[in-house]
Amino acid sequence: MKKVNDIFGKELKVLNIGLEQFYEDLKSQDIKAIQMDWRPPAGGDSEAADLLAALLG
Amino acid sequence: MDRKLANEEALKRLQDSEVYLVGAGKAIDVVPGMKKNLILHAGPPVTWEKMCGPMQGAVIGALIYEGMAKDEESARKLAASGEIEFEPNHHHQSVCPMACVMSASMPVFIMENKKYGNFSYTNMNEGLGKCLRFGAFGDSVIERLHWMEDEMYPVLKEAIELSGGIDWKALVIQALQMGDDCHNRNRAATAMFAKIIGQYLSKVNADKEKISKVFEFINGNEHFTINITMAMCKAITDAAHNIPGSTIVTAMARNGVEFGIRVSGLGDEWFTAPANTPKGLFFPGFTQEDANPDIGDSTITETTGIGGFAMAGAPAIVAFVGGTYKDAVNFTLEMYEITGAENKNFKIPTLDFRGTPTGIDVVKVLETGLVPRINTGMAHKEPGVGQVGAGLVTAPMECFKKAARYMVEKGLNK
Repeated sequence: MKKVNDIFGKELKVLNIGLEQFYEDLKSQDIKAIQMDWRPPAGGDSEAADLLAALLG
Repeated sequence: MDRKLANEEALKRLQDSEVYLVGAGKAIDVVPGMKKNLILHAGPPVTWEKMCGPMQGAVIGALIYEGMAKDEESARKLAASGEIEFEPNHHHQSVCPMACVMSASMPVFIMENKKYGNFSYTNMNEGLGKCLRFGAFGDSVIERLHWMEDEMYPVLKEAIELSGGIDWKALVIQALQMGDDCHNRNRAATAMFAKIIGQYLSKVNADKEKISKVFEFINGNEHFTINITMAMCKAITDAAHNIPGSTIVTAMARNGVEFGIRVSGLGDEWFTAPANTPKGLFFPGFTQEDANPDIGDSTITETTGIGGFAMAGAPAIVAFVGGTYKDAVNFTLEMYEITGAENKNFKIPTLDFRGTPTGIDVVKVLETGLVPRINTGMAHKEPGVGQVGAGLVTAPMECFKKAARYMVEKGLNK
Protein backbone atom coordinates (compact mmCIF):
# COMPACT_ATOMS: atom_id res chain seq x y z
CA MET A 1 0.00 0.00 0.00
CA LYS A 2 2.80 2.33 0.93
CA LYS A 3 4.42 1.85 -2.49
CA VAL A 4 1.21 2.86 -4.31
CA ASN A 5 0.90 5.97 -2.21
CA ASP A 6 4.43 6.92 -3.24
CA ILE A 7 3.12 7.69 -6.72
CA PHE A 8 1.18 10.63 -5.42
CA GLY A 9 4.23 12.16 -3.92
CA LYS A 10 5.92 12.41 -7.30
CA GLU A 11 5.17 14.20 -10.53
CA LEU A 12 2.49 12.24 -12.41
CA LYS A 13 3.17 11.14 -16.03
CA VAL A 14 0.09 9.46 -17.45
CA LEU A 15 -0.37 7.19 -20.43
CA ASN A 16 -4.11 7.17 -21.13
CA ILE A 17 -5.74 4.30 -23.06
CA GLY A 18 -9.37 4.54 -24.06
CA LEU A 19 -11.66 7.52 -23.49
CA GLU A 20 -9.83 10.64 -24.63
CA GLN A 21 -11.74 12.82 -22.16
CA PHE A 22 -9.54 11.54 -19.29
CA TYR A 23 -6.48 12.70 -21.23
CA GLU A 24 -8.06 16.10 -21.90
CA ASP A 25 -8.93 16.55 -18.20
CA LEU A 26 -5.38 15.76 -17.12
CA LYS A 27 -3.92 18.12 -19.73
CA SER A 28 -6.23 20.91 -18.53
CA GLN A 29 -4.70 20.44 -15.05
CA ASP A 30 -1.17 20.73 -16.49
CA ILE A 31 -0.40 17.05 -15.85
CA LYS A 32 1.92 15.41 -18.35
CA ALA A 33 -0.16 12.92 -20.32
CA ILE A 34 -0.04 10.97 -23.54
CA GLN A 35 -3.10 9.60 -25.32
CA MET A 36 -2.46 6.16 -26.81
CA ASP A 37 -4.05 5.61 -30.21
CA TRP A 38 -5.83 2.37 -29.43
CA ARG A 39 -9.12 0.73 -30.28
CA PRO A 40 -10.45 -2.62 -29.14
CA PRO A 41 -9.90 -5.43 -31.68
CA ALA A 42 -12.54 -5.47 -34.43
CA GLY A 43 -13.75 -2.12 -33.12
CA GLY A 44 -15.29 -3.97 -30.17
CA ASP A 45 -17.66 -5.85 -32.48
CA SER A 46 -17.72 -9.47 -31.26
CA GLU A 47 -19.31 -10.76 -34.48
CA ALA A 48 -16.51 -9.20 -36.54
CA ALA A 49 -13.94 -10.62 -34.12
CA ASP A 50 -15.40 -14.15 -34.54
CA LEU A 51 -15.39 -13.77 -38.33
CA LEU A 52 -11.78 -12.62 -38.26
CA ALA A 53 -10.76 -15.58 -36.11
CA ALA A 54 -12.45 -17.97 -38.56
CA LEU A 55 -11.03 -16.17 -41.59
CA LEU A 56 -7.46 -15.99 -40.37
CA GLY A 57 -7.78 -19.27 -38.39
CA MET B 1 -2.88 -18.57 -53.02
CA ASP B 2 -1.65 -17.31 -49.65
CA ARG B 3 -3.66 -14.23 -48.66
CA LYS B 4 -0.59 -12.03 -48.24
CA LEU B 5 0.81 -12.94 -51.66
CA ALA B 6 -2.62 -12.65 -53.29
CA ASN B 7 -3.13 -9.19 -51.82
CA GLU B 8 0.35 -8.10 -52.90
CA GLU B 9 -0.54 -9.09 -56.46
CA ALA B 10 -3.87 -7.22 -56.30
CA LEU B 11 -2.18 -4.11 -54.89
CA LYS B 12 0.50 -4.30 -57.59
CA ARG B 13 -2.16 -4.40 -60.31
CA LEU B 14 -4.06 -1.52 -58.73
CA GLN B 15 -0.91 0.57 -59.02
CA ASP B 16 0.76 -0.70 -62.20
CA SER B 17 -2.25 -0.34 -64.49
CA GLU B 18 -1.82 2.17 -67.30
CA VAL B 19 -5.21 3.38 -68.55
CA TYR B 20 -5.86 5.44 -71.67
CA LEU B 21 -8.99 7.05 -73.11
CA VAL B 22 -8.82 5.39 -76.51
CA GLY B 23 -12.13 6.09 -78.19
CA ALA B 24 -15.88 6.54 -78.17
CA GLY B 25 -18.70 4.44 -79.56
CA LYS B 26 -22.39 3.67 -79.24
CA ALA B 27 -23.12 1.35 -76.30
CA ILE B 28 -24.86 -1.15 -78.58
CA ASP B 29 -21.71 -1.41 -80.73
CA VAL B 30 -18.98 -1.55 -78.09
CA VAL B 31 -20.25 -2.48 -74.61
CA PRO B 32 -20.01 -6.28 -74.15
CA GLY B 33 -23.44 -7.91 -74.02
CA MET B 34 -25.39 -4.71 -74.69
CA LYS B 35 -28.71 -5.19 -76.51
CA LYS B 36 -31.70 -3.04 -77.40
CA ASN B 37 -33.95 -4.20 -74.57
CA LEU B 38 -31.21 -4.05 -71.92
CA ILE B 39 -30.72 -1.19 -69.47
CA LEU B 40 -27.59 -1.13 -67.37
CA HIS B 41 -27.78 0.49 -63.93
CA ALA B 42 -25.47 1.46 -61.09
CA GLY B 43 -24.74 -0.72 -58.10
CA PRO B 44 -25.53 -4.35 -57.35
CA PRO B 45 -28.48 -6.08 -59.12
CA VAL B 46 -31.94 -4.62 -58.54
CA THR B 47 -35.35 -5.19 -60.12
CA TRP B 48 -37.58 -2.45 -61.53
CA GLU B 49 -40.01 -2.88 -58.64
CA LYS B 50 -37.29 -2.42 -56.02
CA MET B 51 -35.48 0.49 -57.71
CA CYS B 52 -35.40 3.82 -55.86
CA GLY B 53 -37.17 6.89 -57.25
CA PRO B 54 -34.23 8.50 -59.08
CA MET B 55 -33.19 5.23 -60.73
CA GLN B 56 -36.75 4.63 -61.91
CA GLY B 57 -36.70 8.21 -63.19
CA ALA B 58 -33.52 7.50 -65.17
CA VAL B 59 -35.03 4.32 -66.64
CA ILE B 60 -38.15 6.27 -67.66
CA GLY B 61 -35.91 8.88 -69.31
CA ALA B 62 -33.83 6.25 -71.10
CA LEU B 63 -36.93 4.54 -72.52
CA ILE B 64 -38.28 7.89 -73.78
CA TYR B 65 -34.84 8.77 -75.21
CA GLU B 66 -34.65 5.40 -77.01
CA GLY B 67 -38.09 6.03 -78.54
CA MET B 68 -39.46 2.94 -76.78
CA ALA B 69 -41.95 4.99 -74.73
CA LYS B 70 -43.67 8.31 -75.41
CA ASP B 71 -44.20 9.48 -71.84
CA GLU B 72 -43.76 8.57 -68.16
CA GLU B 73 -46.86 6.39 -68.01
CA SER B 74 -45.99 4.25 -71.03
CA ALA B 75 -42.36 4.03 -69.87
CA ARG B 76 -43.44 2.75 -66.45
CA LYS B 77 -45.70 0.18 -68.10
CA LEU B 78 -42.91 -1.02 -70.40
CA ALA B 79 -40.33 -1.17 -67.56
CA ALA B 80 -42.70 -3.34 -65.49
CA SER B 81 -43.74 -5.56 -68.43
CA GLY B 82 -40.74 -7.88 -68.31
CA GLU B 83 -39.71 -6.91 -71.87
CA ILE B 84 -36.88 -4.76 -70.56
CA GLU B 85 -33.94 -6.45 -68.85
CA PHE B 86 -31.96 -4.73 -66.09
CA GLU B 87 -28.37 -5.59 -65.18
CA PRO B 88 -25.56 -3.82 -63.31
CA ASN B 89 -23.07 -1.76 -65.34
CA HIS B 90 -20.37 -3.70 -63.50
CA HIS B 91 -21.45 -6.93 -65.24
CA HIS B 92 -20.60 -5.28 -68.57
CA GLN B 93 -17.18 -3.75 -67.82
CA SER B 94 -18.96 -0.42 -67.31
CA VAL B 95 -19.67 2.21 -64.69
CA CYS B 96 -22.09 5.16 -64.53
CA PRO B 97 -22.40 7.85 -61.85
CA MET B 98 -25.41 8.35 -59.56
CA ALA B 99 -28.77 7.08 -60.86
CA CYS B 100 -27.64 7.21 -64.46
CA VAL B 101 -28.43 4.23 -66.63
CA MET B 102 -26.89 3.11 -69.91
CA SER B 103 -29.09 2.21 -72.88
CA ALA B 104 -28.25 0.94 -76.36
CA SER B 105 -28.04 4.24 -78.26
CA MET B 106 -26.03 6.16 -75.72
CA PRO B 107 -22.52 7.21 -76.73
CA VAL B 108 -19.83 5.90 -74.38
CA PHE B 109 -16.15 6.50 -73.76
CA ILE B 110 -13.80 3.54 -74.24
CA MET B 111 -10.86 3.04 -71.86
CA GLU B 112 -8.00 0.59 -72.34
CA ASN B 113 -5.78 -0.76 -69.57
CA LYS B 114 -2.65 -1.07 -71.67
CA LYS B 115 -0.72 -2.90 -68.95
CA TYR B 116 -3.24 -5.73 -68.46
CA GLY B 117 -5.17 -5.59 -71.75
CA ASN B 118 -8.72 -5.06 -70.46
CA PHE B 119 -11.27 -2.41 -71.51
CA SER B 120 -13.97 -0.44 -69.70
CA TYR B 121 -16.84 1.87 -70.69
CA THR B 122 -18.89 4.78 -69.37
CA ASN B 123 -21.50 7.16 -70.70
CA MET B 124 -20.91 10.89 -71.14
CA ASN B 125 -21.55 13.43 -68.37
CA GLU B 126 -24.59 15.69 -68.78
CA GLY B 127 -23.72 18.37 -66.19
CA LEU B 128 -25.36 19.19 -62.83
CA GLY B 129 -28.97 19.76 -61.79
CA LYS B 130 -31.72 18.31 -63.95
CA CYS B 131 -30.02 15.29 -65.53
CA LEU B 132 -30.83 11.67 -66.21
CA ARG B 133 -28.14 10.65 -63.76
CA PHE B 134 -30.06 12.35 -60.96
CA GLY B 135 -33.36 10.80 -62.03
CA ALA B 136 -34.75 13.71 -64.09
CA PHE B 137 -36.44 12.92 -67.41
CA GLY B 138 -38.14 16.14 -68.59
CA ASP B 139 -37.97 17.48 -72.16
CA SER B 140 -34.75 19.40 -71.53
CA VAL B 141 -33.04 16.21 -70.29
CA ILE B 142 -34.11 14.16 -73.32
CA GLU B 143 -33.20 16.98 -75.75
CA ARG B 144 -29.71 17.22 -74.25
CA LEU B 145 -29.22 13.44 -74.50
CA HIS B 146 -30.13 13.59 -78.21
CA TRP B 147 -27.76 16.52 -78.78
CA MET B 148 -25.01 14.55 -77.05
CA GLU B 149 -25.65 11.54 -79.32
CA ASP B 150 -26.19 13.42 -82.58
CA GLU B 151 -23.71 16.27 -82.33
CA MET B 152 -21.29 15.97 -79.42
CA TYR B 153 -20.45 12.29 -79.80
CA PRO B 154 -19.28 12.32 -83.46
CA VAL B 155 -17.11 15.38 -82.84
CA LEU B 156 -15.57 13.99 -79.64
CA LYS B 157 -15.04 10.56 -81.18
CA GLU B 158 -13.04 12.06 -84.04
CA ALA B 159 -11.04 14.29 -81.69
CA ILE B 160 -10.11 11.35 -79.46
CA GLU B 161 -9.06 9.35 -82.53
CA LEU B 162 -6.93 12.26 -83.71
CA SER B 163 -5.25 12.39 -80.28
CA GLY B 164 -4.12 8.78 -80.61
CA GLY B 165 -5.39 8.15 -77.06
CA ILE B 166 -5.09 10.19 -73.89
CA ASP B 167 -3.08 8.90 -70.92
CA TRP B 168 -5.86 9.23 -68.32
CA LYS B 169 -3.84 7.99 -65.38
CA ALA B 170 -1.26 10.71 -66.02
CA LEU B 171 -4.07 13.26 -66.14
CA VAL B 172 -5.50 12.06 -62.80
CA ILE B 173 -2.04 12.03 -61.18
CA GLN B 174 -1.66 15.68 -62.18
CA ALA B 175 -5.22 16.66 -61.16
CA LEU B 176 -4.56 15.29 -57.65
CA GLN B 177 -1.64 17.74 -57.47
CA MET B 178 -4.00 20.56 -58.43
CA GLY B 179 -6.64 20.22 -55.72
CA ASP B 180 -8.99 17.60 -57.22
CA ASP B 181 -9.97 14.41 -55.45
CA CYS B 182 -11.33 13.26 -58.84
CA HIS B 183 -14.72 12.23 -57.45
CA ASN B 184 -16.60 15.36 -56.40
CA ARG B 185 -13.95 17.87 -57.42
CA ASN B 186 -12.96 17.51 -61.06
CA ARG B 187 -12.14 21.10 -61.91
CA ALA B 188 -8.45 20.54 -62.66
CA ALA B 189 -9.02 17.26 -64.52
CA THR B 190 -11.70 18.84 -66.70
CA ALA B 191 -9.57 21.92 -67.38
CA MET B 192 -6.68 19.69 -68.47
CA PHE B 193 -8.97 17.58 -70.64
CA ALA B 194 -10.37 20.72 -72.27
CA LYS B 195 -6.81 21.88 -72.95
CA ILE B 196 -5.76 18.54 -74.45
CA ILE B 197 -8.89 17.82 -76.47
CA GLY B 198 -9.13 21.45 -77.61
CA GLN B 199 -6.13 21.09 -79.89
CA TYR B 200 -7.73 18.09 -81.61
CA LEU B 201 -11.25 19.53 -81.71
CA SER B 202 -9.84 22.30 -83.88
CA LYS B 203 -8.79 19.65 -86.42
CA VAL B 204 -12.11 17.79 -86.52
CA ASN B 205 -13.84 17.80 -89.88
CA ALA B 206 -17.15 19.35 -88.81
CA ASP B 207 -19.05 22.60 -88.78
CA LYS B 208 -17.22 25.19 -86.62
CA GLU B 209 -20.42 26.07 -84.79
CA LYS B 210 -20.89 22.44 -83.73
CA ILE B 211 -17.31 22.09 -82.59
CA SER B 212 -17.56 25.31 -80.64
CA LYS B 213 -20.72 24.09 -78.88
CA VAL B 214 -19.00 20.84 -77.88
CA PHE B 215 -16.05 22.73 -76.43
CA GLU B 216 -18.36 25.09 -74.55
CA PHE B 217 -20.26 22.12 -73.11
CA ILE B 218 -17.08 20.44 -71.82
CA ASN B 219 -15.65 23.69 -70.57
CA GLY B 220 -18.90 24.67 -68.86
CA ASN B 221 -19.22 21.49 -66.81
CA GLU B 222 -16.46 21.05 -64.26
CA HIS B 223 -17.61 17.46 -63.65
CA PHE B 224 -17.37 16.43 -67.30
CA THR B 225 -14.44 14.12 -66.62
CA ILE B 226 -15.84 12.24 -63.61
CA ASN B 227 -17.30 9.52 -65.86
CA ILE B 228 -13.98 9.03 -67.65
CA THR B 229 -12.06 8.89 -64.37
CA MET B 230 -14.57 6.35 -63.06
CA ALA B 231 -14.04 4.22 -66.16
CA MET B 232 -10.28 4.47 -65.62
CA CYS B 233 -10.83 3.16 -62.10
CA LYS B 234 -13.01 0.34 -63.45
CA ALA B 235 -10.25 -0.70 -65.88
CA ILE B 236 -7.78 -0.67 -62.96
CA THR B 237 -9.93 -2.58 -60.46
CA ASP B 238 -11.01 -5.16 -63.05
CA ALA B 239 -7.31 -5.93 -63.59
CA ALA B 240 -6.98 -6.60 -59.85
CA HIS B 241 -10.11 -8.80 -59.73
CA ASN B 242 -10.23 -12.60 -59.58
CA ILE B 243 -6.97 -13.23 -57.71
CA PRO B 244 -7.68 -16.34 -55.62
CA GLY B 245 -7.20 -15.76 -51.89
CA SER B 246 -7.16 -11.96 -52.13
CA THR B 247 -9.28 -9.98 -49.66
CA ILE B 248 -8.82 -6.68 -51.52
CA VAL B 249 -12.08 -4.96 -52.54
CA THR B 250 -12.38 -4.51 -56.32
CA ALA B 251 -15.78 -2.80 -56.52
CA MET B 252 -18.02 -0.71 -54.29
CA ALA B 253 -21.28 0.42 -55.88
CA ARG B 254 -24.77 1.50 -54.85
CA ASN B 255 -28.14 1.23 -56.54
CA GLY B 256 -29.89 3.70 -54.24
CA VAL B 257 -31.34 0.91 -52.12
CA GLU B 258 -28.36 -1.33 -51.43
CA PHE B 259 -24.62 -0.82 -51.17
CA GLY B 260 -22.62 -3.69 -52.66
CA ILE B 261 -18.98 -4.74 -52.71
CA ARG B 262 -17.02 -7.28 -54.73
CA VAL B 263 -13.78 -8.80 -53.51
CA SER B 264 -10.87 -9.89 -55.69
CA GLY B 265 -10.73 -13.49 -54.44
CA LEU B 266 -14.49 -14.02 -54.27
CA GLY B 267 -15.44 -13.99 -57.95
CA ASP B 268 -18.47 -12.08 -59.17
CA GLU B 269 -20.46 -12.40 -55.95
CA TRP B 270 -21.95 -9.16 -54.52
CA PHE B 271 -22.04 -8.59 -50.76
CA THR B 272 -24.81 -6.13 -50.01
CA ALA B 273 -26.45 -4.19 -47.20
CA PRO B 274 -28.94 -1.30 -47.07
CA ALA B 275 -27.30 1.89 -48.37
CA ASN B 276 -26.72 4.76 -45.93
CA THR B 277 -27.99 8.26 -46.75
CA PRO B 278 -25.34 10.98 -47.31
CA LYS B 279 -25.28 14.11 -45.15
CA GLY B 280 -23.94 17.34 -46.58
CA LEU B 281 -24.81 20.59 -48.31
CA PHE B 282 -28.04 21.19 -50.22
CA PHE B 283 -28.95 23.36 -53.18
CA PRO B 284 -31.40 26.18 -52.31
CA GLY B 285 -34.89 24.83 -51.62
CA PHE B 286 -33.84 21.30 -50.65
CA THR B 287 -33.19 19.64 -47.28
CA GLN B 288 -31.92 16.36 -45.85
CA GLU B 289 -35.48 15.02 -46.10
CA ASP B 290 -35.25 15.17 -49.90
CA ALA B 291 -32.07 13.06 -50.18
CA ASN B 292 -32.14 9.56 -51.62
CA PRO B 293 -29.90 6.92 -50.02
CA ASP B 294 -26.40 6.57 -51.44
CA ILE B 295 -26.41 5.81 -55.19
CA GLY B 296 -24.08 5.29 -58.16
CA ASP B 297 -20.98 3.45 -59.33
CA SER B 298 -18.71 6.41 -58.53
CA THR B 299 -17.39 4.68 -55.39
CA ILE B 300 -15.10 2.91 -57.84
CA THR B 301 -12.91 5.99 -57.27
CA GLU B 302 -12.52 5.28 -53.54
CA THR B 303 -11.97 1.60 -54.41
CA THR B 304 -8.98 2.73 -56.49
CA GLY B 305 -7.57 5.07 -53.82
CA ILE B 306 -8.84 8.47 -54.97
CA GLY B 307 -12.11 10.36 -54.30
CA GLY B 308 -12.96 10.36 -50.59
CA PHE B 309 -9.67 8.60 -49.88
CA ALA B 310 -7.75 11.58 -51.37
CA MET B 311 -9.84 14.33 -49.76
CA ALA B 312 -6.85 15.62 -47.77
CA GLY B 313 -5.45 16.86 -51.08
CA ALA B 314 -8.64 18.64 -52.13
CA PRO B 315 -9.26 21.41 -49.54
CA ALA B 316 -11.85 23.22 -51.67
CA ILE B 317 -14.07 20.15 -51.84
CA VAL B 318 -15.56 20.85 -48.41
CA ALA B 319 -17.38 23.82 -49.94
CA PHE B 320 -19.29 21.31 -52.11
CA VAL B 321 -19.74 18.29 -49.82
CA GLY B 322 -19.70 19.91 -46.37
CA GLY B 323 -17.50 19.47 -43.30
CA THR B 324 -14.18 21.17 -42.60
CA TYR B 325 -10.74 20.78 -44.14
CA LYS B 326 -9.62 19.09 -40.91
CA ASP B 327 -12.38 16.52 -41.47
CA ALA B 328 -11.09 15.92 -45.00
CA VAL B 329 -7.56 15.30 -43.69
CA ASN B 330 -8.86 12.98 -40.98
CA PHE B 331 -10.91 11.01 -43.52
CA THR B 332 -7.83 10.33 -45.61
CA LEU B 333 -5.66 9.48 -42.58
CA GLU B 334 -8.27 7.03 -41.32
CA MET B 335 -8.37 5.23 -44.66
CA TYR B 336 -4.69 4.28 -44.34
CA GLU B 337 -5.82 1.94 -41.56
CA ILE B 338 -8.03 -0.17 -43.84
CA THR B 339 -5.94 -0.20 -47.02
CA GLY B 340 -2.97 -2.28 -48.13
CA ALA B 341 -0.78 0.28 -49.90
CA GLU B 342 0.22 3.91 -50.21
CA ASN B 343 -0.21 4.57 -53.90
CA LYS B 344 3.04 5.02 -55.79
CA ASN B 345 1.36 7.19 -58.45
CA PHE B 346 -1.54 9.03 -56.80
CA LYS B 347 -0.01 11.47 -54.28
CA ILE B 348 -1.36 13.99 -51.78
CA PRO B 349 0.66 17.24 -51.84
CA THR B 350 -0.81 18.45 -48.53
CA LEU B 351 0.45 15.29 -46.79
CA ASP B 352 4.02 15.77 -48.02
CA PHE B 353 3.20 13.84 -51.19
CA ARG B 354 2.24 10.70 -49.31
CA GLY B 355 0.62 8.12 -51.62
CA THR B 356 -3.16 7.85 -51.34
CA PRO B 357 -4.55 4.98 -49.24
CA THR B 358 -5.14 2.26 -51.83
CA GLY B 359 -6.67 -1.21 -51.83
CA ILE B 360 -9.37 -1.69 -49.19
CA ASP B 361 -8.70 -4.95 -47.34
CA VAL B 362 -11.76 -6.75 -45.90
CA VAL B 363 -9.54 -8.09 -43.09
CA LYS B 364 -8.38 -4.59 -42.11
CA VAL B 365 -11.96 -3.27 -42.15
CA LEU B 366 -12.99 -6.02 -39.73
CA GLU B 367 -9.87 -5.64 -37.58
CA THR B 368 -10.30 -1.88 -37.10
CA GLY B 369 -14.06 -1.53 -37.22
CA LEU B 370 -13.50 1.32 -39.68
CA VAL B 371 -15.45 1.49 -42.96
CA PRO B 372 -14.64 3.28 -46.22
CA ARG B 373 -15.53 6.98 -46.29
CA ILE B 374 -17.05 8.36 -49.46
CA ASN B 375 -17.98 11.78 -50.83
CA THR B 376 -20.89 11.86 -53.22
CA GLY B 377 -23.60 13.78 -55.04
CA MET B 378 -27.15 13.50 -53.71
CA ALA B 379 -30.22 12.81 -55.84
CA HIS B 380 -33.81 13.68 -54.86
CA LYS B 381 -35.60 10.58 -53.61
CA GLU B 382 -38.51 11.17 -56.00
CA PRO B 383 -38.13 10.48 -59.74
CA GLY B 384 -38.00 13.42 -62.12
CA VAL B 385 -36.49 16.04 -59.77
CA GLY B 386 -32.69 15.78 -60.11
CA GLN B 387 -29.71 16.65 -57.92
CA VAL B 388 -30.33 18.22 -54.51
CA GLY B 389 -26.78 18.55 -53.18
CA ALA B 390 -23.58 16.71 -52.26
CA GLY B 391 -22.26 15.18 -49.07
CA LEU B 392 -20.44 12.50 -47.14
CA VAL B 393 -21.40 8.91 -46.41
CA THR B 394 -19.87 5.60 -45.32
CA ALA B 395 -20.02 2.04 -46.63
CA PRO B 396 -22.06 -0.34 -44.42
CA MET B 397 -19.94 -2.72 -42.28
CA GLU B 398 -22.37 -5.55 -43.05
CA CYS B 399 -21.03 -5.83 -46.64
CA PHE B 400 -17.56 -6.64 -45.30
CA LYS B 401 -18.90 -9.10 -42.73
CA LYS B 402 -20.85 -10.90 -45.44
CA ALA B 403 -17.75 -11.14 -47.63
CA ALA B 404 -15.72 -12.61 -44.74
CA ARG B 405 -18.50 -15.07 -43.90
CA TYR B 406 -18.72 -16.17 -47.56
CA MET B 407 -14.96 -16.67 -47.74
CA VAL B 408 -15.01 -18.87 -44.62
CA GLU B 409 -18.09 -20.86 -45.66
CA LYS B 410 -16.67 -21.58 -49.11
CA GLY B 411 -13.26 -22.44 -47.69
CA LEU B 412 -11.68 -19.75 -49.88
CA ASN B 413 -9.47 -18.61 -47.01
CA LYS B 414 -7.48 -21.88 -46.97
